Amino acid sequence: MSGDSIVCRCSDLDINEIRGYIDQGYTTVEEIKRLARLGMGPCQGRNCIPIVMRELSIATGKPISEIAAAVSRPPAKAIKLGEIVRAFEEETGGAK
Amino acid sequence: MVKTADAVIIGGGISGAAIAYELLKRGMKDVVVIEKDYIAAGATGRCGAGIRQQWGTEMNCIFSKYSCEAFERAEEELQYEGDIEFHQGGYLMLISTESEMEQMKKNVKLQNSLGIESKLLNLEESKEIVPFLNTEGLLGCAFHQKDGHLNPFHTNQAYANAAKRLGGHIYLYTTVTGIDVENGKIKGVQTDKGYISTKIVVNAAGGYSMQIADMAGVKLPLYSERHQILVTEPVEPILEPMVMSFSLNLYCQQVPHGSFIMGQTGKNEPQDLRITSSWDFLDDMTSTITKVLPPLKNLRLLRQWAGLYNMSPDKQPIYSAVKEVEGFYVAAGYSGHGFMFGPATGTVMAELILGLEPTLPWKQLNIERFEKGELIIEPSVV
Repeated sequence: MSGDSIVCRCSDLDINEIRGYIDQGYTTVEEIKRLARLGMGPCQGRNCIPIVMRELSIATGKPISEIAAAVSRPPAKAIKLGEIVRAFEEETGGAK
Repeated sequence: MVKTADAVIIGGGISGAAIAYELLKRGMKDVVVIEKDYIAAGATGRCGAGIRQQWGTEMNCIFSKYSCEAFERAEEELQYEGDIEFHQGGYLMLISTESEMEQMKKNVKLQNSLGIESKLLNLEESKEIVPFLNTEGLLGCAFHQKDGHLNPFHTNQAYANAAKRLGGHIYLYTTVTGIDVENGKIKGVQTDKGYISTKIVVNAAGGYSMQIADMAGVKLPLYSERHQILVTEPVEPILEPMVMSFSLNLYCQQVPHGSFIMGQTGKNEPQDLRITSSWDFLDDMTSTITKVLPPLKNLRLLRQWAGLYNMSPDKQPIYSAVKEVEGFYVAAGYSGHGFMFGPATGTVMAELILGLEPTLPWKQLNIERFEKGELIIEPSVV
C-alpha cells in the first residue's frame, strides 16, 4: 500500500497519517479513532477500521484476532433527525 | 513499571493528566498516572467539551475564568503538536421563563463584577448570532463571547504528553486492584502490572471514584449517572456559539470539523455505571432540538453514545484530603463540569498536595462540607 493511499474516506486519512500515529506509540484503534477521527464518518468505520487493524497487527506483531476493533455505536445507518421526530410523533401522536 | 513514586494518580482523564502536569511543573519528581484504558477513554472523551464562564456563584466564575484562560494558552504552554480546537464562539444561554430571566440578570451582574464580559440580549440581538434560532417562547438570551468548546481528546492528550515530557510516567491499560493503607496512612498501590510504593494517592477516577475510594476504605458521598449525547454528519459552519438552555434541557454545538454535537439530561436515570445508548434519548433530543434550531431536522444522525456524570450532593467537585487516610486525596464529583474545570483541578490539587498558598478559592470544596452542611449551591447547572 503506497503512502498516499486513502484509508478513511469520510475523514480523508491516508496510510501515512495512520502509520504516523502508530509510530507515536498509539497501539489501539480506539486511540487513533479519537485523535484522527478515524471511522467517525457516515460509513461508521466499515471501510477503514479493518485496514487500521491490519496495520496495528503488523506494527505490534500481534495476530489480527487480538487487535480490537472500535466499539460499534448506533445507529447502524445514518438517519435524519427530522425522520426520528416524525416517527416518534406518528407513534405517540406527539404526546410525551 | 516503576517500583516507587512520590504520587500515584488514578485516572487518565483531563483531571488526572492536569494534576500530574501541575505537580511536575511545581517540582514533584516521580509522578505516576494509572489509567485502565487509554487517555480520555472515560467521561473526558465522552463529554460535550463546552467551556463556559456564565455561572451563578463567585467560586465557579473564578474557576471557569481561570480554566478558560489556561485553555487559551494551552497549546503553547503544553507544547502540543496537534490542535486542541478551542473555538470561542460564545455560549448563547436561552431564557424562557421569568424566573430564569431573574437568575440570568443576577448571574450577569456577578460575572461582570469578576471581569467576565457576559451580557443579556433581546431576541433580535440573539438572532443576529444564530439567525435560524426559533425564538417562540423565548424571552431573551445571555451571551459571553469567550465561552466555547474544545476537542476533548486532543486537550487531554496535550496535558498527558506535557506530563510525560516533564518526566511523569503514564501507564495505560493498567488497572488498579487495591490501595494499600497501613495505620491510617497510604503505603502503596497494587495494579495488575505490579506494585508501586507511595505515600500519596490521588483519586481522579471520575465516574468510578467511589470504587477507587472503597479500596482505601473511604466512602464518598457521590454517585454516577449516565448522560447521553449524539453527533451528526459534518456540514458547512452555520452555528458559532454553543446553544444551551436549562429549562428546555439542551446543549448543542457545531464543532470546527462541521458535525453537530448535542445532549440533554435524561429522565429517571438510574444511579449506576451503565453507559449504554437508548431510543428514548433520540426521541427526546431530536424533538427538542428541531424546535429550537429547525434546520437541524435535515442533518443525519451518525452516532450516539453516553458517559458518566459523577454527581455530588451540591453538584460541586470535591477537592480534598481525607482525614481518615493520610495521603489519600480526592478530585471527583464534578457533576458534569469536570472537563471545563480541568486546568483549575490541576492547579488546585497541586497546591493542596504540596501545601502551597491557594491561588484559587478551593478550601470550601473539602469533603467535610457535606457533614457540616456547608453545601455550595450553584443555581445554573444542567
